[in-house]
Amino acid sequence: MNRYPLWKYLVIAVALIVATIYTLPNFFGETPAVQISSTRQSIPVDTALMGRIEDALKANKLAPDGMYLDGTSLKVRFKDTDTQIKARDVIQQALGDNYIIALNLLAASPTWMSQIKANPMFLGLDLRGGVHFLLQVDMKAALDKTMERYSGDIRRELKNKQVRYGTITRTGNNLVLQLRDKETLNSAADIIARQLPVLMQNSDDASYKLTLTLKPEEITRLQGDAVKQNITTLHNRVNELGVAEPIIQQAGADRIVVQLPGVQDTAKAKDILGRTATLEVRMVEDDQGKMAEAMAGNVPAGYDLLDELTPRGPTKILVKKDVELTGDNINDAQPGFDQNGAPAVNINLDSAGASIFRQVTAENIGKRMAMILVEKGKSEVVTAPVIRSEIGGGRVEISGSMNAAEANDVALLLRAGSLAAPMQIIEERTIGPSLGKDNIDKGFHSTMWGFAAIAVFMFIYYRVFGVISALSLGCNLLFLVAILSMLQATLTLPGIAAIALTLGMAIDSNVLINERIREELRHGFPPASAIQAGYQHAWATIIDSNVTSLIAGLALLIFGSGPVRGFAVVHCLGILTSMFSSVFVSRGLVNLWYGRKRRLSSISIGQIWKPQQ
Amino acid sequence: MEFFRIKRDIPFMSYGRLTTTISLVTFVLAVVFLVIRGLNFSVEFTGGTVLEVQYTQAAELSDIRHRLDKLGMGDIAVQNLGTSRDVMIRLPNHGDRSSAQLSEQVMQVLKDGSGQVELRKVEFIGPQVGQELVTHGLTAVILVCIGIMIYLAIRFEWRFAVAAIIANMHDVVIILGCFAFFQWEFSLTVLAGVLAVLGYSVNESVVVFDRIRENFRKPAMRGKSVAEVIDNAITSTMSRTIITHGSTEAMVLSMLVFGGAALHGFATALTIGIVFGIYSSVLVASPIVMWLGLSRENLIKPPKQKQEAVV
Repeated sequence: MNRYPLWKYLVIAVALIVATIYTLPNFFGETPAVQISSTRQSIPVDTALMGRIEDALKANKLAPDGMYLDGTSLKVRFKDTDTQIKARDVIQQALGDNYIIALNLLAASPTWMSQIKANPMFLGLDLRGGVHFLLQVDMKAALDKTMERYSGDIRRELKNKQVRYGTITRTGNNLVLQLRDKETLNSAADIIARQLPVLMQNSDDASYKLTLTLKPEEITRLQGDAVKQNITTLHNRVNELGVAEPIIQQAGADRIVVQLPGVQDTAKAKDILGRTATLEVRMVEDDQGKMAEAMAGNVPAGYDLLDELTPRGPTKILVKKDVELTGDNINDAQPGFDQNGAPAVNINLDSAGASIFRQVTAENIGKRMAMILVEKGKSEVVTAPVIRSEIGGGRVEISGSMNAAEANDVALLLRAGSLAAPMQIIEERTIGPSLGKDNIDKGFHSTMWGFAAIAVFMFIYYRVFGVISALSLGCNLLFLVAILSMLQATLTLPGIAAIALTLGMAIDSNVLINERIREELRHGFPPASAIQAGYQHAWATIIDSNVTSLIAGLALLIFGSGPVRGFAVVHCLGILTSMFSSVFVSRGLVNLWYGRKRRLSSISIGQIWKPQQ
Repeated sequence: MEFFRIKRDIPFMSYGRLTTTISLVTFVLAVVFLVIRGLNFSVEFTGGTVLEVQYTQAAELSDIRHRLDKLGMGDIAVQNLGTSRDVMIRLPNHGDRSSAQLSEQVMQVLKDGSGQVELRKVEFIGPQVGQELVTHGLTAVILVCIGIMIYLAIRFEWRFAVAAIIANMHDVVIILGCFAFFQWEFSLTVLAGVLAVLGYSVNESVVVFDRIRENFRKPAMRGKSVAEVIDNAITSTMSRTIITHGSTEAMVLSMLVFGGAALHGFATALTIGIVFGIYSSVLVASPIVMWLGLSRENLIKPPKQKQEAVV
């Protein structure tokens, strides 16, 4: 009666083996590595790059321990930190500015383990040290900017169509357009409906007022775009810090979380995150004589010799010092396609920008204009298209000789010229690396001693059944760590607390079972059926109590933030693994131990005391 | 070894009046403390900046306070954190100064003082975040209660659901009352602990309820009164209750001892929660179930009487 069919044992064995394999990487520690990733989509990190790095390292007599290419980044492992730092300098020299080269730590587990995606748990900032920022995007400012833009657009459109209007005033998120009579009101409404369909109209025939509001879905889109754009801008800036695994994510409707593991200098990090880049449009000088002079190191007065970023590496370009237009006049830049279906970048200028642009393009047909990103006092030419014709209306299209990835990059860089909306830091945490290490040790020790105390007590109180309970509790720990490693969940200190607490609570199931078996024995059942009945009766109770715990855990997961969520994830997973290990695995062990005997005369579950009748 | 050698069922239900009085008194006291003293919310809720620094020797708090007072930043709290070398400094939010400036200023002042000092941790939380945490925390508590009540009402009976929730809230309020009375810091991790207690303490009640239901179904218990059935259920799960809680408590104590400052609040909340969890599940939840008028028929559906067909 106390026998498992073979498949049940096999399930346990397979679960244990898999869990062990996925838990193991956590014990190998870490080795120094250099991580290389590209700043642009159009510059791939591939095997060719791998070759270049290998050659550069070989030339400098540095031998990497291994190179791993995964999607967008290349990791080169070294045997000690000295070589790591030397290698970083060598790689930096060989590759130039288009790559982010960061120091990182890689799991030292064998290669076959990383190939089956058996990686150590991902440690949270409170365990590895670093900086955490929570930024709030100022949506009001983003909307203000948009409304300003629309009022400019309306002015321009009405002027073009020669509709006479009074004033445009802004109240909150409404634009109120005062017109002279019914006729102009109708034609203005008509023009706006055609040209700016995102605006909702509400006309007042009595006072000839036209009230315009943004459609709700347009506001949602704007807010979404603002956050997204700020995230990309932040990405670009963080890249400069050379952080190996930065986390930049949207949190809620209007917030962004930035986590920079390993960074200690908050002041510098903040400086870089809060920096504003500007975009300038200047004319290119293609005169060969002046270019040759500049290349010789003698840049003519009134000109700058700048780098142009191309997928084939930077090339030099000579531009005039006069700034025709700045990023403030650019409303938006999006990748798209031209009428021939070739990738293009669509730029949307505000009304002031549009009129300047019309003038500049009219005067310079056939010449090139450069779009320059100025950041940290360094100027780079993002793109330098040829002006084919006069461009009015504020809608500019840059196309030709670019692929979709490049169009994406250019649009992104143009937008990076300004944040969509200002941001404010509303939460900041810095955790020193020594504190992180302390936290790991403390968490580990509390779990270890707590576990030991429980195991010893269980053995003394329940004997063989106690040992089985402790073993299944050990399996629970193993499964939990394995699942956390598999999911690559972020382990935080509250997460470690949750592991400890979950173990403390999981033993409940085994106590329930053992007490129940004792009780059945007390009632005079033979040992074999006492085991059977004990497990059976305890099962209903275990289910009920675990489901209620799980309800509490899920609520924490949904409503918790930060440390609470870290706790909840581990807690919920722990409840699930504990049901498996404390019932299924412990029964397996009991069956293995007692089930093979044909006649079971006694079992070791500690003393059974019977009341005297 | 066997701790519990109970010959006869302990008449827990007859102590009902006494235990309820004790519960009511502690509950009222807890509420009073919560109202009068209030919770000592951590910076996560109130907003502000917290610095944790470590000295190579024991830190002189009065000296640090004296130095920081000169900065004129308002109400600055300085206290030891775990050891005499670790110091925690809490600063209120300042509109005009950013947190980076603030922490740099403070570190500069500390470095000018005696002893080597190392910055271990800085936390700055803006005023917007705190309010949200409070609402989210409350939503979580309410949601947990509703979820558990629904589950218990389906699995058992509404009387059990109500009793379990009352017993539970009683535990939670008492934990909060303790935090208010001792003015221990109430942080997000403590909140996680409190919510974990919510789930844990229901666990306890569920185990007893399960036994009550089972007893009602036993033929041997047929002649017994409801109080006797409940007494028997509590007595027979007694041993398990103590051992389980002892084990969980061992783990929690281990966190309290080895976990350091970061886990201290969490472990404290759980310790109080576990102690009151035993008490409330046995001596609060069960009497309430009885007073709500539990009867055998509530749990055992009477077999449907065949109706005579009238043709």
